Amino acid sequence: MIDARGASLVSIVDGVRSGAFSARAVTEQFLDRVARLDGALGCFLKVDDTGARRRADAVDAARKAGRDPGPLAGAPIGIKDIFCMRGVETTCASKILRGFVPPYESTVTARLEAAGAVALGKLNMDEFAMGSSTENSSVKPTRNPWSPAHVPGGSSGGSAAAVAASLCAGATGTDTGGSIRQPAALCGVVGMKPTYGRVSRYGVIAFASSLDHPGPFGRTVEDAAALLEVISGLDPLDATSIPAPVGAYRQAARAGREGLAGVRLGVPTEYFQPGMDAEIEASVRAALDELARAGAKIVPVSLPHTKYAIATYYLICTAEASSNLARYDGVKYGYRTANARSLEELYTKTRGEGFGAEPKRRIMLGAYVLRSGYYEAYYGKALRARRKIADDFSAAFAACDAIVTPTSPVPAFKFGERIGDPLQMYLADILTVAPNLAGVPALSQPCGFTKSGLPIGLQIIGPALGEEICFRVGGAYESRTDWHTRFAPEAA
Amino acid sequence: MSRITADEVRELAILARLALSEQEVARMTVDLDAILDYVDAMRELDTTGVEPMTHAVPFDCPLRADQTAPSLPIDEALANAPRREASFFQVPRIVPGPGGSSTVEDES
Repeated sequence: MIDARGASLVSIVDGVRSGAFSARAVTEQFLDRVARLDGALGCFLKVDDTGARRRADAVDAARKAGRDPGPLAGAPIGIKDIFCMRGVETTCASKILRGFVPPYESTVTARLEAAGAVALGKLNMDEFAMGSSTENSSVKPTRNPWSPAHVPGGSSGGSAAAVAASLCAGATGTDTGGSIRQPAALCGVVGMKPTYGRVSRYGVIAFASSLDHPGPFGRTVEDAAALLEVISGLDPLDATSIPAPVGAYRQAARAGREGLAGVRLGVPTEYFQPGMDAEIEASVRAALDELARAGAKIVPVSLPHTKYAIATYYLICTAEASSNLARYDGVKYGYRTANARSLEELYTKTRGEGFGAEPKRRIMLGAYVLRSGYYEAYYGKALRARRKIADDFSAAFAACDAIVTPTSPVPAFKFGERIGDPLQMYLADILTVAPNLAGVPALSQPCGFTKSGLPIGLQIIGPALGEEICFRVGGAYESRTDWHTRFAPEAA
Repeated sequence: MSRITADEVRELAILARLALSEQEVARMTVDLDAILDYVDAMRELDTTGVEPMTHAVPFDCPLRADQTAPSLPIDEALANAPRREASFFQVPRIVPGPGGSSTVEDES
């Protein structure tokens, strides 16, 4: 038996690789936790216990036969329901994809399995990754393990909550405007959005292709680094994947423990604006003091186009979404309306009945901004603003090695608090969307709690392909604090 | 002044192939109006001479050897189809039938 609640992913892997315990035993322990605890949380859309046992047994058999069981041998992980897994229903938490069983496997899940990781099942999310609270799931809500009245964030809310509740030791997510980092912050875990193209999008259901970034969740910085090392790298099946060699992310996370001498950390004034929760600002300022004590030099930087980031993001992501979601037509897979009298009605009724409110809103907004006569004023303008926002980062990284900010301006909010006002929900991503537009890597890790016990997240942004500096700074902060050792309350 | 009318929403819904109820049209008009009002702040940003950025990282479309590789067997490719017939996806009639009608029930 291991301490499933407290064990880090890398410690589980070490134990399986050394033979201290079997992958099957670890898998049974985590499946048991999911069976006992997930009813109250709602993280999993589907538990793939048969597949998990098969994967665990393959790891144990490889070890017994004297073969290397892989760098993630026996690691119990959860998969956001946006990653296709061959033979496992994949729905993006949407009615329109109900019953879809992919005939192929995403590169991310294929690499995880080849590395010995044991996927336990598929995790809840906002429908088509559109949302910041997981309230847009067409299936069910996911509760924040720290407080059941509060949302886990989104769109990867199931992933963040499952890791926070130790229902799995790590998870995959996708981040189009903050969908890994914001739920990581709200649930008190580590989430990493890598450089655009660092992780293949093959087999990841598309929302906004130029902004979609797959990435990992972990309890610790090193756990997230270990997952990213496996899922990163060139993939001939994704034309936008980057040929650069994969960095030594785990080593960078450990190197942080030796301090940050010579590292310059930029603090953008634009990320500390009125409206930010006072407790969050105080926690992040305290984290900056701690990073300075670790040897880093704190320097002011400016990202002057930050105030245009949300508008730019929503113009681009909705344009791309309206195009990507055109494929759901009731013909090839998923939901099909029962009463179409013509091909036209087959399309309109299938889509009208199959999509939830948020995908409909984004399809409509995207169609609006791409419309002849409006294209240049909206979409064209946004593409130019995107360049200015990306240029801000290039200029800032001339003066610093990484940028440190809060991840979310507010802690977890209550169910129903924002869902009625789409613009308020969009503004939840105000501190996370710019790195997606620029394509640069960014990590979120715990840096404190509010007085009411809700987690607070610290965001560390690096230059393109600067994942290692993010992990080094994150590792330094984590080694000097104990936020990551606290556990969400759990029913006996 | 509202930036979008219910009639424009209905027209967009046709372009987007979305059947919306009258209740949805009313709600969508209010929501899109608020979002368009918010993004209007972009107008003040001077983007003269700025090259549009279509990708987060510069990339050249990679080429691969033009070689035949195995693809999905027909049965697997059709396994998720809500309606199929032999090796085809089935849809309601598109061209007029013998009776001249182009609308035929999509019977389940």
